[in-house]
This record gives sequence, structure tokens and C-alpha cells, in this order.
Amino acid sequence: MKALLDLFSIVAIASGALFYLAGTVGLLRFPDSYTRLHALTKADNLGMALVVIGLLPQVDGLLAGLKLVLVWLLVMLSSAAVSQLIARSARGLDRRQ
Amino acid sequence: MTTVVTVVIALLLLALAAWTLVARDAFLAVAGFVAYGLLLSLVWVRLYGIDVALTEAAIGGGLTGALLIGAVARLRGTEAAAWSERAGAGAWALAMLLALGVTAVLALCVLALPEPPPTLAPQAVQNMGATGVANPITGVLLAFRALDTLLEAIVLVIALIGVWSLAPDRFWGGRPGLRHRADPDGILAYLARVLPPIGIVVGVYVFWAGADHPGGKFQGATILAAMWLLVQMAGLADSPLTGSRWLRAGVVVGPLVFIAVGLLGLWSAGAFLAYPPDWAKPMIVAVEVALMPTLVLVLALLLNGAPARGGDR
Amino acid sequence: MADFLLWMGAFVLLMVALGLVRVARGPGRAERMMAAQLLGTGAIGALLLFGAATGEPAVVDVALTLALLSAFASIAFVKFAVVQDRQAGGGEGDE
Repeated sequence: MKALLDLFSIVAIASGALFYLAGTVGLLRFPDSYTRLHALTKADNLGMALVVIGLLPQVDGLLAGLKLVLVWLLVMLSSAAVSQLIARSARGLDRRQ
Repeated sequence: MTTVVTVVIALLLLALAAWTLVARDAFLAVAGFVAYGLLLSLVWVRLYGIDVALTEAAIGGGLTGALLIGAVARLRGTEAAAWSERAGAGAWALAMLLALGVTAVLALCVLALPEPPPTLAPQAVQNMGATGVANPITGVLLAFRALDTLLEAIVLVIALIGVWSLAPDRFWGGRPGLRHRADPDGILAYLARVLPPIGIVVGVYVFWAGADHPGGKFQGATILAAMWLLVQMAGLADSPLTGSRWLRAGVVVGPLVFIAVGLLGLWSAGAFLAYPPDWAKPMIVAVEVALMPTLVLVLALLLNGAPARGGDR
Repeated sequence: MADFLLWMGAFVLLMVALGLVRVARGPGRAERMMAAQLLGTGAIGALLLFGAATGEPAVVDVALTLALLSAFASIAFVKFAVVQDRQAGGGEGDE
């Protein structure tokens, strides 16, 4: 049972790291601010979600697991809203130039 | 394997610090500084200083970043003049030599420490039972070295008065800064309605957990202050009237209660800030609860700045 | 398992470092504002991995604090970028 959970963790965390890689490649290579912002928020968030899912079998106790899920939800909420704010601010700047 | 990780983090930090120093645009330098602060909290976690990591994440990452960005916004007009006065190569070389010299002296001192280094940590841990708290940091801050914490709280209040004193006479007692405006149906207002309740719960949790786990009043107060500032930045609430009696009472209640507890200790246990044997935990909790409003108000007001409108004259 | 988590944490940090290159080079204001976002998701991921590797439960509290405060720092950045451009003689901001 433990080996199965460990395998699940390894697979999930490795895929999470892969999404982080994808997000960073997008951040470096995409042509303009909006696409880069998209790569950063969507891919990095998915990477973090997979990391949290992978870590859930590794923590002791329900409370620790719930705290991990809370971190994930908080990051998802705030990065979704903040990315919209950054995009609108960038569009306002572009319009003025 | 852990050394590789540590070396990677150390190199990354050095690169960030260098970038912050040489950045031409002030906005970019502040972005680098915020990144540096957030990354430094990771270093503290690697060094097993979780309480310090909490404080670094809260103050070094969020609050100082917001403070510096506000400063950059105000200094926009003077940036050109500042660049034209930049020091020549000679001054740079001298500054670098001095910095390297100080680093070398520090490194020599650290390497020349006797083995094992003299420390009071074992004695502090041994006597932790008498304080009633399980987190050794809280025990040191509020029982063994309570005088330092009291003086720090008083310094914060004096700093706030110093910032307020920068206001022109006619604005004394008024509201700091301009009224922020944001679309009440927009995303910023939405975030400022959803995030603060969660932030308040997390802040109070971090404060309460400080007794037995990493945490404490300072970190909790920073989170609460950040949530209040968020509400102000979205225009959902105006910045507070600095002449209000409740505000001023809240700012001084922390140090006053702390001093009162100290005098009580003088009367009941023989020394200023001594705690009678079974009363240590309740007195510590009382001091912490009284310091919370002070810290929240002072931190938020320091970021708001000097009063700039309204006032009682 | 702990070694694997440690390596993954270091990898995520490396990704953050590469992302910061874009923040430094990026020609627009928006790239600077992405710094706090990048650190937010990346450093929190690395932090959770390091915390699980060392078995220290309080690290999740640091991650919670980081999440809240990096969101706050990002909003402060956006707010003041808007204010600055208004002062520089621009039109209305978008919020």
C-alpha cells in the first residue's frame, strides 16, 4: 500500500515539475506580455496543483492535508484574479503608447 | 545532495541581490527586492528557522515590497535628477572595497568561533517548562528577554509618530494618502472582499499557534495589516483618520499593557517583567493579545504614510 | 523519497530562476509585475516539497503566509503602476 502511494506521489510530483518547466519555457519564449502571463499563471498553477496532490499521501494527519489543500485553493484564487489585473494594466499601458 | 540544493539557492540569492543593485529602473529593482525577500524565507526554512521564515515571508516579501513600491511611485519625478548625480567610478571602487573588507572580517570572525560556540540555548530549553509555552522562540521573546520585546514595541510607536510628523501642520490628524478608487464590480474589489476573511483567519491562527508551534504575534499582525491595506487599496474603505481617539488608543495599548504587566511583576515576583510561577502563561497571553492591535495598526499606518488630507485645523 | 522531493524542489527553484530572467529582460511593465506571481507559485511549490522532504509540518504555515503576502505584493505593484501612469499624464486606468 505504501509503495503504491509513493508511486502515485512520484508520478504526480514529476508531472507537476514538468508543468513548471512548460510554464517557464512559455514565459521565456512566448512573443508578448499576454501570452507570457498566460503561460505563467496557467501552467505554474497546474504544476503546483499536481505537486499538492502528490504530497497529500506524504503528510501525516487530516489537518495537514487540509492545510495543503487550503494553500492550493488560495494560490489558485489569488493568481487567477491577479493575472487579470496585470493583464488589464498591461493593456491600459499598451493603449496609451 | 542537500549541499547541491543549498548551493543552488545561495547562488540564486546572490544573483538576485546583484540584479537589484544594478537595475536601472526603480520598479525593476523593487521587483528584484521582493523576489529576494520571498526567496530568503526559503533559506530560513532550510536552516530550520521556521519562525524567521514566517517573518521574512510576511515582512520582507509582502510589506516591504508594498512600502518600496509606494516610495518609487512618489519619487518618480526625481528619478532623472538622481541619475544625473550618480557617483563616478572611483566612488564605486571605494564602496566595493569597503563592502568586501567588511565581508572578509565577518567571515574571519565566524570561522574563528570556538568549537562549540558559546550559547545559552541549552539553558533556555531547560527552563522552558517554567514559561508554560512550548515554542522556544516565544519563550525567549516574551519571558526571558521580554524587556527587548517591550522596547521594540515602543520603538514601533515612536517610528509611527516620526512618520506622522512629516505631515504639514494643516493635515495633522487627517487621513493618509489619496482615496483609492476601483470599479466596485471589478476584480480588485472582488479580491478585496474574498481574500481578507481568509487572511484574517490565517492571521489569527498564526498568532495563536505561536505559543506551541512556529508563529506568533508579529507574523499574525503582519498578515492582518496586509489584509486591511488590501481593503483600502480596493477603495472599499478609506484610510483611517489618524486623529481618531480609538486609533490612538489602539496604537498605545500594547506597550501600556506590557509595562503594566512588568510593574505587576515587580510587585508580585520581585523584578520588572518577572512572572510569578503559575501565572506565566496567562500573563504572556495577555501581553500578546494586547500587542496585536498595536502591531496591526502601526504596520498598516506606517505603510499608509503621513496624513495628507482632512485634519482638524 | 525524501531525496526525490528535495531534487524536485531544487528543480522548481531552478525554473523560478529562469523565469526571473524574463522578469529582468522583459521589455514591458507587465513582466516586472509578474515577479511576485512567479515567486508566489514557484517558491510555494518548492517550499512544500522541501517541507515534506524534511518532515517539518510548520512549513505549510509559511506557504500560507507566502500565498497571502505575494498576492498582496502583486496587487500593490499593479496599483502603483496604474497610479504612476496616471501621474505621467495618461488616460483612465483599467481596473
